Amino acid sequence: MEPINIVTSVLSPLDRINVDTDQIIPKQFLKRIERTGFGKYLFYGWRFKEDGTENPSFVLNNPIFKGSTILVANDNFGCGSSREHAPWALMDFGFKVIIAPSFADIFYNNCVKNGVLPVRLSEKAVEQLLNAGKNEAYELTVHLEEQIVKGQKGESYSFDIDPYWKQMLLNGWDEIALTIQYDQYIEAYEKSST
Amino acid sequence: MSKTIIEKIWEQHIVYEEKGKPDLLYIDLHLLHEVTSPQAFEGLRINGRKVRRPDLSFATMDHNVPTRNRTNISDPVSRKQIKTLAENCQEFGVPLAHMDHPDQGIVHVIGPELGLTQPGKTIVCGDSHTSTHGAFGALAFGIGTSEVEHVLSTQTLWQSKPKTMEIKIVGELGYGVTSKDVILAIIAKFGVDVGTGHIVEYTGEAIRNFSMEERMTICNMSIEAGARAGLISPDQKTVDYLKGRAHVPDGEEFEKLAEKWTSFASDEDAVYDKMLEIHTSEIEPYVTWGTNPSMGSGITKSVPYAKDLAGQSEKEELKQALTYMDLEEGMPLTSIEIQHVFIGSCTNSRISDLRAAASVVEGRKVHDRVTAIVVPGSRSVKAKAEAEGLDKVFIEAGFEWRESGCSMCLAMNEDVVPAGERCASTSNRNFEGRQGAGARTHLVSPVMAAAAAVEGRFVDVRNMLPVCV
Ligand code: SF4
Repeated sequence: MEPINIVTSVLSPLDRINVDTDQIIPKQFLKRIERTGFGKYLFYGWRFKEDGTENPSFVLNNPIFKGSTILVANDNFGCGSSREHAPWALMDFGFKVIIAPSFADIFYNNCVKNGVLPVRLSEKAVEQLLNAGKNEAYELTVHLEEQIVKGQKGESYSFDIDPYWKQMLLNGWDEIALTIQYDQYIEAYEKSST
Repeated sequence: MSKTIIEKIWEQHIVYEEKGKPDLLYIDLHLLHEVTSPQAFEGLRINGRKVRRPDLSFATMDHNVPTRNRTNISDPVSRKQIKTLAENCQEFGVPLAHMDHPDQGIVHVIGPELGLTQPGKTIVCGDSHTSTHGAFGALAFGIGTSEVEHVLSTQTLWQSKPKTMEIKIVGELGYGVTSKDVILAIIAKFGVDVGTGHIVEYTGEAIRNFSMEERMTICNMSIEAGARAGLISPDQKTVDYLKGRAHVPDGEEFEKLAEKWTSFASDEDAVYDKMLEIHTSEIEPYVTWGTNPSMGSGITKSVPYAKDLAGQSEKEELKQALTYMDLEEGMPLTSIEIQHVFIGSCTNSRISDLRAAASVVEGRKVHDRVTAIVVPGSRSVKAKAEAEGLDKVFIEAGFEWRESGCSMCLAMNEDVVPAGERCASTSNRNFEGRQGAGARTHLVSPVMAAAAAVEGRFVDVRNMLPVCV
């Protein structure tokens, strides 16, 4: 996967709680056997009207946020199904960083394994960002190495991340290749448990 | 020191540990299905990797399969996904219950049925409802496709130890109240993210009194409470259920295993990071009225008012949900009319679910306005139901009797609820569009679904059950 460290972009404000993976990528698009090409179906039910045309009232259709790579959402983002198609779709659409007060566990893992950086900030910080970026372009810089999010007005928020996931993301490591180096331990475990 | 079942299983499965890193955990059973596995097998192929332990892997086809006519999958993309799984299993030597095999069924129904699911095991699947297997005292959780590939190739996963939580159900259940109502009540009371970062153990008298199938319904929806996994300490019921199953040894070996299994049960004075309680007197037959599983109430209640909710986000979420669901604040739940009934899914499609639903519809008719289907969770459930004549009870009442699969739970095949129509569903998710674009889902127990099928609206099933003394 691609290494990730510093990301600068206008933020996309998605002010909803409990955004589930069925909304991020509806099931009718899960039949593909590839990892790519899911971006055009991201938030399908919200982005498009029944006749297939764009729904102008949905935030991501607002031209201000075009090309944004940082999504800011509210509590419990990514709940529901374990489908990795959700981060694949977000990534394919262009998002590299998702900021929220909290994430569903499986979704958080799925992001990390694909080089998408999930950032947990306090509810208050997220509320400030959502307000700042609601109606106008508001630029953020996310710095993974320093674990910091900076707003264009100079405010900054620090965030926590497990050091192991941080290394994986910074280096773009292939986790399986890493684990294979522990083969002797796996073999020893298998021997002792039979 | 006393331990919870969660700690006992965790500690037994550590392959490698180092400070500052997640633990490398061994996985005893890896279940696969057609939707979340193709990209993982493709990854193995690209990197020239093998499946490390095909003998600890088991695949089935469930999400996409037709429930009417198995011989013809009309959608070419679905057909390709089904074919791809068969080819991948063949190439990598993974055992597969093909669509036409007698063992086929929803992955979380057949695992226990075949005895693959056992206490003390670590079980994963590219599916969030893997928590179902926790009913047996297994540590079972859903994973994403990258992790599927990781397990296929190494039989392990890097996992940070989650916190532990006890949810205790205090008291005995009232008449006509099912395990589905218990889990819906838990989620309504504590919220869809109460379990985030935790593994939940369900305890209390009501849990002990539940059958294994009722326990599976509870553990199934742990993910709807945000928990990665939910489990129940094994007891004699667990052992009795597994005895004689296809993948369970017999004779002396079984006796030894059984002893090991029950030793996983949490110690009496074990301590959890968080403890919650719900009293059975708070639980009546439930119906969800909103667009996530916490938005539900007892059948005697009404849709809530936004003004009664605390936070601004909650008020807005309620308004959005009611707009989508086309409901009004303050409406009694018994005034909601439905057009569809779905009895099925890994939550409620086992033989006891079908028996319970059949007991309500027997001698009654499905309401004129309603299209109702029963989709057994596995081919073996279907065969058993047919041997008992349940298929006839349903068909005579006006239900359609289908082949097994996920079906209308997520509507990936052609079993779809049309836009704007309303479905009483025994499944686990009422998200927008889950059962079809614009479809409106109300989660209920099998007996509540059966009662709604007959009346064409939600009713209190307790008034339709035979009075028992
Ligand atoms: S029945 Fe529904 S929830 Fe269960 S595995 Fe199938 S799609 Fe998922």
